[in-house]
Amino acid sequence: MTNSIISNIIRFILLILFQVLLLNNINFLGYINPYLYVLFLILYPFNTPQSLFILVSFFLGLTIDTFEDSGGINAAACVIIAYIRPMILRFSFGVSYDYQTVKLSNTSFGTRLGYIMVIVFIHHLALFSLEMLDFSHILLIMKKTFFSGIFTILLILISLTLFKPKRR
Amino acid sequence: MQQIFNFLIRNRINILFLLLLGLSLFLTIQSNSFHKSKYISSANFITGGIYNWSNNIQTYFYLEDYNQRLLEENKELRKLLTNIEDTSAVINFEDSTSFDGIYLFRTAKVINNNYSRTANYITLDRGRNSHISKEHGVITSQGIVGIVDQVSKNYARVISILNSHSKINAQLKKTNHFGSLIWDGKDPNVVQLIDVPRLAPIKIGDTIVTGGKSLIFPQGIPIGRIEEFKLDQAESYFTIEIRLFNDMTNIGYVYIIENKEKEEIKELQGIDD
Repeated sequence: MTNSIISNIIRFILLILFQVLLLNNINFLGYINPYLYVLFLILYPFNTPQSLFILVSFFLGLTIDTFEDSGGINAAACVIIAYIRPMILRFSFGVSYDYQTVKLSNTSFGTRLGYIMVIVFIHHLALFSLEMLDFSHILLIMKKTFFSGIFTILLILISLTLFKPKRR
Repeated sequence: MQQIFNFLIRNRINILFLLLLGLSLFLTIQSNSFHKSKYISSANFITGGIYNWSNNIQTYFYLEDYNQRLLEENKELRKLLTNIEDTSAVINFEDSTSFDGIYLFRTAKVINNNYSRTANYITLDRGRNSHISKEHGVITSQGIVGIVDQVSKNYARVISILNSHSKINAQLKKTNHFGSLIWDGKDPNVVQLIDVPRLAPIKIGDTIVTGGKSLIFPQGIPIGRIEEFKLDQAESYFTIEIRLFNDMTNIGYVYIIENKEKEEIKELQGIDD
Protein backbone atom coordinates (compact mmCIF):
# COMPACT_ATOMS: atom_id res chain seq x y z
CA MET A 1 0.00 0.00 0.00
CA THR A 2 2.74 2.47 1.01
CA ASN A 3 4.61 1.37 -2.07
CA SER A 4 1.65 2.33 -4.25
CA ILE A 5 1.31 5.74 -2.56
CA ILE A 6 4.98 6.56 -3.09
CA SER A 7 4.96 5.46 -6.71
CA ASN A 8 1.84 7.58 -7.34
CA ILE A 9 3.44 10.65 -5.77
CA ILE A 10 6.58 10.19 -7.86
CA ARG A 11 4.46 9.69 -10.98
CA PHE A 12 2.50 12.85 -10.15
CA ILE A 13 5.63 15.00 -9.90
CA LEU A 14 7.48 13.48 -12.87
CA LEU A 15 4.47 13.72 -15.20
CA ILE A 16 3.92 17.39 -14.31
CA LEU A 17 7.56 18.30 -14.86
CA PHE A 18 7.70 16.33 -18.10
CA GLN A 19 4.48 18.01 -19.27
CA VAL A 20 5.37 21.63 -18.53
CA LEU A 21 9.06 21.58 -19.33
CA LEU A 22 9.04 19.44 -22.45
CA LEU A 23 5.69 18.49 -23.94
CA ASN A 24 4.12 21.96 -23.78
CA ASN A 25 6.89 23.22 -26.04
CA ILE A 26 6.36 20.73 -28.84
CA ASN A 27 3.64 22.68 -30.72
CA PHE A 28 3.74 20.26 -33.63
CA LEU A 29 2.26 21.95 -36.75
CA GLY A 30 1.58 25.00 -34.60
CA TYR A 31 -1.11 23.66 -32.28
CA ILE A 32 -0.72 19.95 -31.59
CA ASN A 33 0.52 19.21 -28.08
CA PRO A 34 0.31 15.88 -26.28
CA TYR A 35 -1.07 15.89 -22.75
CA LEU A 36 0.75 12.92 -21.30
CA TYR A 37 -0.17 13.81 -17.72
CA VAL A 38 -3.54 12.12 -18.36
CA LEU A 39 -1.56 8.92 -17.82
CA PHE A 40 -1.76 9.64 -14.09
CA LEU A 41 -5.56 9.53 -14.25
CA ILE A 42 -5.44 6.32 -16.26
CA LEU A 43 -3.04 4.49 -13.95
CA TYR A 44 -4.34 5.74 -10.60
CA PRO A 45 -5.30 2.66 -8.52
CA PHE A 46 -8.83 1.50 -9.32
CA ASN A 47 -9.78 0.40 -5.82
CA THR A 48 -9.19 3.60 -3.83
CA PRO A 49 -11.91 5.96 -2.52
CA GLN A 50 -13.24 8.07 -5.35
CA SER A 51 -13.41 11.31 -3.33
CA LEU A 52 -9.65 11.18 -2.81
CA PHE A 53 -9.16 10.52 -6.52
CA ILE A 54 -11.26 13.57 -7.46
CA LEU A 55 -9.26 15.73 -5.06
CA VAL A 56 -5.89 14.49 -6.33
CA SER A 57 -6.99 14.99 -9.94
CA PHE A 58 -8.05 18.52 -9.17
CA PHE A 59 -4.61 19.35 -7.80
CA LEU A 60 -2.94 17.68 -10.77
CA GLY A 61 -4.91 19.85 -13.18
CA LEU A 62 -4.47 22.97 -11.08
CA THR A 63 -0.68 22.55 -11.01
CA ILE A 64 -0.58 22.21 -14.79
CA ASP A 65 -2.83 25.28 -15.07
CA THR A 66 -0.55 27.32 -12.84
CA PHE A 67 2.37 26.55 -15.11
CA GLU A 68 0.43 27.20 -18.28
CA ASP A 69 -1.41 30.32 -17.09
CA SER A 70 -4.63 28.78 -18.31
CA GLY A 71 -6.97 29.53 -15.42
CA GLY A 72 -8.65 26.27 -14.46
CA ILE A 73 -9.19 24.39 -17.70
CA ASN A 74 -6.92 21.43 -16.94
CA ALA A 75 -8.33 21.19 -13.41
CA ALA A 76 -11.89 21.06 -14.76
CA ALA A 77 -11.03 18.43 -17.36
CA CYS A 78 -9.25 16.28 -14.75
CA VAL A 79 -12.10 16.53 -12.25
CA ILE A 80 -14.58 15.47 -14.93
CA ILE A 81 -12.45 12.44 -15.80
CA ALA A 82 -12.03 11.52 -12.12
CA TYR A 83 -15.79 11.71 -11.62
CA ILE A 84 -16.77 9.54 -14.57
CA ARG A 85 -13.88 7.07 -14.46
CA PRO A 86 -15.85 4.34 -12.66
CA MET A 87 -18.41 4.47 -15.49
CA ILE A 88 -15.67 4.30 -18.11
CA LEU A 89 -14.06 1.37 -16.27
CA ARG A 90 -17.35 -0.52 -16.12
CA PHE A 91 -17.93 0.23 -19.77
CA SER A 92 -14.49 -0.97 -20.87
CA PHE A 93 -13.80 -3.90 -18.54
CA GLY A 94 -17.33 -5.01 -17.75
CA VAL A 95 -17.86 -7.51 -14.96
CA SER A 96 -14.23 -7.86 -13.89
CA TYR A 97 -14.23 -4.26 -12.74
CA ASP A 98 -17.21 -4.83 -10.50
CA TYR A 99 -15.31 -7.56 -8.68
CA GLN A 100 -12.30 -5.24 -8.25
CA THR A 101 -10.00 -7.73 -9.88
CA VAL A 102 -9.03 -5.81 -12.98
CA LYS A 103 -5.39 -4.80 -13.51
CA LEU A 104 -4.48 -2.67 -16.48
CA SER A 105 -1.43 -4.75 -17.35
CA ASN A 106 -3.46 -7.97 -17.42
CA THR A 107 -6.15 -6.84 -19.82
CA SER A 108 -6.10 -7.48 -23.54
CA PHE A 109 -4.68 -4.79 -25.77
CA GLY A 110 -8.04 -4.00 -27.35
CA THR A 111 -9.91 -3.25 -24.14
CA ARG A 112 -6.94 -1.34 -22.75
CA LEU A 113 -6.80 0.82 -25.89
CA GLY A 114 -10.55 1.43 -25.67
CA TYR A 115 -10.28 2.54 -22.05
CA ILE A 116 -7.36 4.89 -22.84
CA MET A 117 -9.08 6.33 -25.90
CA VAL A 118 -12.32 7.14 -24.08
CA ILE A 119 -10.49 8.89 -21.24
CA VAL A 120 -8.13 10.85 -23.51
CA PHE A 121 -10.81 12.06 -25.90
CA ILE A 122 -13.24 13.12 -23.16
CA HIS A 123 -10.42 14.89 -21.34
CA HIS A 124 -9.24 16.70 -24.48
CA LEU A 125 -12.74 17.66 -25.55
CA ALA A 126 -13.43 19.21 -22.13
CA LEU A 127 -10.01 20.87 -22.12
CA PHE A 128 -10.24 22.51 -25.53
CA SER A 129 -13.90 23.50 -25.18
CA LEU A 130 -13.06 25.33 -21.98
CA GLU A 131 -9.95 26.85 -23.53
CA MET A 132 -11.93 28.40 -26.38
CA LEU A 133 -15.11 29.02 -24.35
CA ASP A 134 -16.82 29.75 -27.64
CA PHE A 135 -18.87 27.29 -29.66
CA SER A 136 -18.35 29.18 -32.90
CA HIS A 137 -14.91 27.57 -32.82
CA ILE A 138 -16.41 24.07 -32.67
CA LEU A 139 -14.45 22.93 -35.73
CA LEU A 140 -11.14 24.08 -34.24
CA ILE A 141 -12.04 22.36 -30.96
CA MET A 142 -12.75 19.10 -32.79
CA LYS A 143 -9.56 19.37 -34.81
CA LYS A 144 -7.43 20.03 -31.75
CA THR A 145 -9.12 17.26 -29.77
CA PHE A 146 -8.62 14.75 -32.54
CA PHE A 147 -4.99 15.43 -33.41
CA SER A 148 -3.72 16.15 -29.91
CA GLY A 149 -5.69 13.12 -28.72
CA ILE A 150 -3.99 10.79 -31.19
CA PHE A 151 -0.61 12.22 -30.18
CA THR A 152 -1.41 11.72 -26.48
CA ILE A 153 -2.65 8.16 -26.99
CA LEU A 154 0.51 7.25 -28.88
CA LEU A 155 2.70 8.65 -26.12
CA ILE A 156 0.66 6.88 -23.43
CA LEU A 157 0.96 3.54 -25.23
CA ILE A 158 4.70 4.06 -25.65
CA SER A 159 5.21 4.92 -21.98
CA LEU A 160 3.03 1.98 -20.89
CA THR A 161 5.21 -0.33 -22.96
CA LEU A 162 8.43 1.20 -21.68
CA PHE A 163 7.45 1.08 -18.02
CA LYS A 164 5.65 -2.24 -18.03
CA PRO A 165 5.53 -3.80 -14.54
CA LYS A 166 7.74 -6.86 -14.28
CA ARG A 167 5.89 -10.16 -14.43
CA ARG A 168 6.58 -12.45 -11.54
CA MET B 1 -29.28 17.74 11.58
CA GLN B 2 -28.51 14.05 11.46
CA GLN B 3 -30.29 13.82 8.15
CA ILE B 4 -28.27 16.64 6.65
CA PHE B 5 -25.04 14.92 7.63
CA ASN B 6 -26.31 11.64 6.26
CA PHE B 7 -27.21 13.33 3.04
CA LEU B 8 -23.78 14.97 2.79
CA ILE B 9 -21.95 11.73 3.49
CA ARG B 10 -24.07 9.76 1.05
CA ASN B 11 -23.50 12.29 -1.73
CA ARG B 12 -19.95 13.29 -0.85
CA ILE B 13 -18.56 12.28 -4.24
CA ASN B 14 -21.14 14.27 -6.18
CA ILE B 15 -20.76 17.26 -3.90
CA LEU B 16 -16.97 17.19 -4.06
CA PHE B 17 -17.13 16.88 -7.83
CA LEU B 18 -19.51 19.81 -8.23
CA LEU B 19 -17.50 21.90 -5.80
CA LEU B 20 -14.16 21.34 -7.53
CA LEU B 21 -15.66 21.64 -11.02
CA GLY B 22 -17.26 24.91 -9.98
CA LEU B 23 -13.97 26.14 -8.57
CA SER B 24 -12.04 25.33 -11.73
CA LEU B 25 -14.71 26.89 -13.95
CA PHE B 26 -14.57 29.97 -11.74
CA LEU B 27 -10.79 30.14 -12.21
CA THR B 28 -11.19 29.68 -15.97
CA ILE B 29 -13.69 32.49 -16.31
CA GLN B 30 -11.67 34.70 -14.00
CA SER B 31 -8.55 34.22 -16.10
CA ASN B 32 -10.45 35.56 -19.09
CA SER B 33 -10.82 38.96 -17.47
CA PHE B 34 -7.76 41.07 -16.91
CA HIS B 35 -5.79 41.56 -13.71
CA LYS B 36 -7.82 39.09 -11.75
CA SER B 37 -6.11 35.71 -11.70
CA LYS B 38 -3.71 36.56 -8.94
CA TYR B 39 -2.56 33.27 -7.50
CA ILE B 40 -2.86 30.79 -10.31
CA SER B 41 -0.22 32.35 -12.54
CA SER B 42 3.19 31.26 -13.71
CA ALA B 43 4.78 34.30 -12.06
CA ASN B 44 4.74 32.72 -8.61
CA PHE B 45 7.72 31.50 -6.64
CA ILE B 46 7.63 27.81 -7.54
CA THR B 47 6.60 27.88 -11.20
CA GLY B 48 8.84 30.85 -11.94
CA GLY B 49 11.74 29.12 -10.24
CA ILE B 50 11.29 25.91 -12.21
CA TYR B 51 10.95 27.77 -15.52
CA ASN B 52 14.01 29.84 -14.69
CA TRP B 53 16.03 26.72 -13.95
CA SER B 54 15.07 25.00 -17.20
CA ASN B 55 15.62 28.19 -19.15
CA ASN B 56 19.14 28.55 -17.82
CA ILE B 57 19.97 25.33 -19.63
CA GLN B 58 18.10 26.18 -22.83
CA THR B 59 19.67 29.60 -23.22
CA TYR B 60 23.04 28.12 -24.15
CA PHE B 61 21.63 26.61 -27.29
CA TYR B 62 20.42 29.97 -28.58
CA LEU B 63 23.48 32.06 -27.71
CA GLU B 64 24.59 32.42 -31.32
CA ASP B 65 21.16 33.56 -32.41
CA TYR B 66 20.94 36.14 -29.61
CA ASN B 67 24.41 37.45 -30.45
CA GLN B 68 23.41 37.88 -34.06
CA ARG B 69 20.34 39.89 -33.04
CA LEU B 70 22.41 42.07 -30.72
CA LEU B 71 24.87 42.78 -33.54
CA GLU B 72 22.03 43.77 -35.86
CA GLU B 73 20.58 46.08 -33.24
CA ASN B 74 23.96 47.62 -32.45
CA LYS B 75 24.47 48.27 -36.13
CA GLU B 76 21.15 50.12 -36.34
CA LEU B 77 21.84 52.11 -33.18
CA ARG B 78 25.33 53.02 -34.36
CA LYS B 79 23.87 54.25 -37.62
CA LEU B 80 21.47 56.49 -35.67
CA LEU B 81 24.23 57.68 -33.36
CA THR B 82 26.48 58.94 -36.16
CA ASN B 83 23.60 61.01 -37.48
CA ILE B 84 22.86 62.50 -34.07
CA GLU B 85 26.45 63.54 -33.39
CA ASP B 86 26.37 65.96 -36.29
CA THR B 87 23.40 67.89 -34.93
CA SER B 88 24.39 67.81 -31.27
CA ALA B 89 27.57 69.69 -32.12
CA VAL B 90 25.44 72.61 -33.30
CA ILE B 91 22.77 72.62 -30.56
CA ASN B 92 24.32 73.23 -27.20
CA PHE B 93 22.27 72.15 -24.18
CA GLU B 94 23.25 74.23 -21.21
CA ASP B 95 20.33 74.33 -18.83
CA SER B 96 19.65 71.84 -16.09
CA THR B 97 16.43 70.41 -17.52
CA SER B 98 16.51 66.66 -17.90
CA PHE B 99 16.62 65.34 -21.45
CA ASP B 100 16.25 61.76 -20.39
CA GLY B 101 12.88 61.36 -22.03
CA ILE B 102 9.81 59.98 -20.34
CA TYR B 103 10.49 56.31 -21.08
CA LEU B 104 12.67 54.04 -18.97
CA PHE B 105 14.00 50.83 -20.50
CA ARG B 106 14.90 47.69 -18.59
CA THR B 107 16.04 44.31 -19.86
CA ALA B 108 14.70 40.87 -19.02
CA LYS B 109 14.89 37.32 -20.25
CA VAL B 110 11.91 35.25 -21.41
CA ILE B 111 11.78 32.06 -19.35
CA ASN B 112 8.49 30.69 -20.65
CA ASN B 113 6.60 31.43 -23.83
CA ASN B 114 3.28 30.12 -25.14
CA TYR B 115 1.88 30.61 -28.60
CA SER B 116 -0.22 27.56 -29.39
CA ARG B 117 -3.35 28.51 -27.45
CA THR B 118 -5.83 31.37 -27.84
CA ALA B 119 -4.82 33.05 -24.57
CA ASN B 120 -1.05 33.09 -24.48
CA TYR B 121 1.24 34.40 -21.76
CA ILE B 122 4.97 34.92 -21.44
CA THR B 123 6.94 34.69 -18.19
CA LEU B 124 9.97 36.96 -17.58
CA ASP B 125 12.77 36.57 -15.05
CA ARG B 126 12.41 40.07 -13.60
CA GLY B 127 9.79 41.24 -11.13
CA ARG B 128 8.93 43.75 -8.47
CA ASN B 129 12.49 43.73 -7.16
CA SER B 130 13.66 45.07 -10.51
CA HIS B 131 10.97 47.78 -10.48
CA ILE B 132 8.77 46.03 -13.00
CA SER B 133 5.09 46.63 -12.44
CA LYS B 134 1.74 46.09 -14.16
CA GLU B 135 1.06 47.74 -17.51
CA HIS B 136 4.67 48.10 -18.54
CA GLY B 137 5.20 47.49 -22.24
CA VAL B 138 7.44 44.68 -23.47
CA ILE B 139 9.32 44.85 -26.79
CA THR B 140 12.31 43.37 -28.55
CA SER B 141 14.62 45.12 -30.96
CA GLN B 142 12.36 43.93 -33.78
CA GLY B 143 8.92 44.78 -32.48
CA ILE B 144 6.37 44.60 -29.68
CA VAL B 145 5.76 41.51 -27.55
CA GLY B 146 3.04 42.38 -25.04
CA ILE B 147 2.10 44.06 -21.77
CA VAL B 148 3.01 43.03 -18.20
CA ASP B 149 -0.08 41.91 -16.28
CA GLN B 150 1.18 40.09 -13.16
CA VAL B 151 4.30 40.68 -11.10
CA SER B 152 5.73 38.70 -8.23
CA LYS B 153 8.95 39.40 -6.38
CA ASN B 154 11.27 38.01 -9.02
CA TYR B 155 9.06 37.15 -11.99
CA ALA B 156 6.57 38.87 -14.24
CA ARG B 157 3.84 37.56 -16.50
CA VAL B 158 3.16 39.24 -19.83
CA ILE B 159 -0.02 39.13 -21.91
CA SER B 160 1.42 38.31 -25.30
CA ILE B 161 0.05 40.11 -28.36
CA LEU B 162 -0.89 36.55 -29.32
CA ASN B 163 -3.72 36.63 -26.80
CA SER B 164 -7.29 37.07 -27.96
CA HIS B 165 -7.91 39.39 -24.98
CA SER B 166 -5.10 41.78 -25.79
CA LYS B 167 -5.97 45.03 -27.53
CA ILE B 168 -3.23 47.51 -28.38
CA ASN B 169 -3.44 50.85 -30.14
CA ALA B 170 -1.54 50.79 -33.46
CA GLN B 171 -1.28 52.97 -36.53
CA LEU B 172 0.07 53.19 -40.06
CA LYS B 173 3.64 54.41 -40.16
CA LYS B 174 3.21 56.89 -43.00
CA THR B 175 -0.10 58.46 -41.97
CA ASN B 176 -1.61 58.71 -38.51
CA HIS B 177 -4.67 56.52 -39.13
CA PHE B 178 -4.99 54.20 -36.19
CA GLY B 179 -6.85 51.09 -35.13
CA SER B 180 -6.80 48.30 -32.54
CA LEU B 181 -4.44 45.40 -32.73
CA ILE B 182 -6.06 42.04 -31.94
CA TRP B 183 -5.34 38.36 -32.58
CA ASP B 184 -7.78 35.80 -33.99
CA GLY B 185 -5.96 32.84 -32.46
CA LYS B 186 -4.91 31.15 -35.68
CA ASP B 187 -1.42 31.92 -36.97
CA PRO B 188 1.25 32.97 -34.42
CA ASN B 189 2.95 35.11 -37.06
CA VAL B 190 -0.13 37.06 -38.16
CA VAL B 191 -2.17 39.54 -36.10
CA GLN B 192 -5.13 41.73 -37.11
CA LEU B 193 -5.59 45.48 -37.05
CA ILE B 194 -9.27 46.44 -36.92
CA ASP B 195 -11.27 49.67 -37.00
CA VAL B 196 -8.98 51.49 -39.41
CA PRO B 197 -11.10 54.13 -41.18
CA ARG B 198 -11.86 53.63 -44.83
CA LEU B 199 -10.10 56.83 -45.79
CA ALA B 200 -6.70 55.48 -44.79
CA PRO B 201 -4.41 54.91 -47.78
CA ILE B 202 -3.49 51.25 -47.30
CA LYS B 203 -1.08 49.28 -49.45
CA ILE B 204 0.20 45.75 -49.02
CA GLY B 205 3.70 45.90 -47.54
CA ASP B 206 3.16 49.08 -45.52
CA THR B 207 4.60 49.13 -42.01
CA ILE B 208 2.39 49.21 -38.91
CA VAL B 209 3.77 50.77 -35.72
CA THR B 210 2.42 51.39 -32.21
CA GLY B 211 0.20 54.45 -31.91
CA GLY B 212 0.72 57.48 -29.75
CA LYS B 213 -2.62 57.04 -27.98
CA SER B 214 -1.27 54.23 -25.86
CA LEU B 215 0.20 55.19 -22.50
CA ILE B 216 2.16 51.98 -22.45
CA PHE B 217 4.25 52.03 -25.60
CA PRO B 218 6.09 54.99 -27.11
CA GLN B 219 4.86 55.92 -30.57
CA GLY B 220 6.54 54.24 -33.50
CA ILE B 221 7.64 50.85 -32.14
CA PRO B 222 7.50 48.56 -35.18
CA ILE B 223 4.88 45.80 -35.23
CA GLY B 224 4.68 44.28 -38.68
CA ARG B 225 3.93 44.54 -42.35
CA ILE B 226 0.50 44.56 -44.05
CA GLU B 227 -0.12 41.26 -45.73
CA GLU B 228 -3.77 41.51 -46.69
CA PHE B 229 -6.70 43.84 -46.07
CA LYS B 230 -10.43 43.96 -46.60
CA LEU B 231 -13.37 46.17 -45.70
CA ASP B 232 -15.75 45.00 -43.01
CA GLN B 233 -19.43 44.28 -43.63
CA ALA B 234 -20.52 47.87 -43.11
CA GLU B 235 -17.80 48.91 -45.60
CA SER B 236 -16.59 51.68 -43.34
CA TYR B 237 -13.59 50.14 -41.61
CA PHE B 238 -10.65 48.07 -42.78
CA THR B 239 -9.59 44.80 -41.21
CA ILE B 240 -5.91 44.34 -41.91
CA GLU B 241 -3.82 41.19 -41.62
CA ILE B 242 -0.34 41.99 -40.35
CA ARG B 243 2.72 39.76 -40.55
CA LEU B 244 4.79 40.39 -37.42
CA PHE B 245 8.43 41.45 -37.59
CA ASN B 246 9.04 39.53 -34.38
CA ASP B 247 9.25 35.79 -34.44
CA MET B 248 6.92 35.24 -31.48
CA THR B 249 7.95 31.60 -31.24
CA ASN B 250 11.56 32.54 -30.46
CA ILE B 251 11.90 35.68 -28.36
CA GLY B 252 14.85 35.41 -25.97
CA TYR B 253 15.72 38.76 -24.44
CA VAL B 254 13.26 41.66 -24.19
CA TYR B 255 13.12 45.30 -23.14
CA ILE B 256 10.54 46.45 -20.62
CA ILE B 257 9.32 50.02 -21.06
CA GLU B 258 8.09 52.17 -18.22
CA ASN B 259 6.30 55.41 -19.00
CA LYS B 260 7.34 57.71 -16.17
CA GLU B 261 4.55 60.17 -16.84
CA LYS B 262 1.73 57.67 -17.19
CA GLU B 263 0.21 58.46 -13.81
CA GLU B 264 0.27 62.16 -14.53
CA ILE B 265 -1.37 61.75 -17.92
CA LYS B 266 -3.96 59.36 -16.50
CA GLU B 267 -4.80 61.76 -13.74
CA LEU B 268 -5.20 64.57 -16.21
CA GLN B 269 -7.43 62.52 -18.46
CA GLY B 270 -9.48 61.41 -15.47
CA ILE B 271 -9.15 57.73 -16.24
CA ASP B 272 -9.93 55.95 -13.04
CA ASP B 273 -9.98 52.33 -14.00
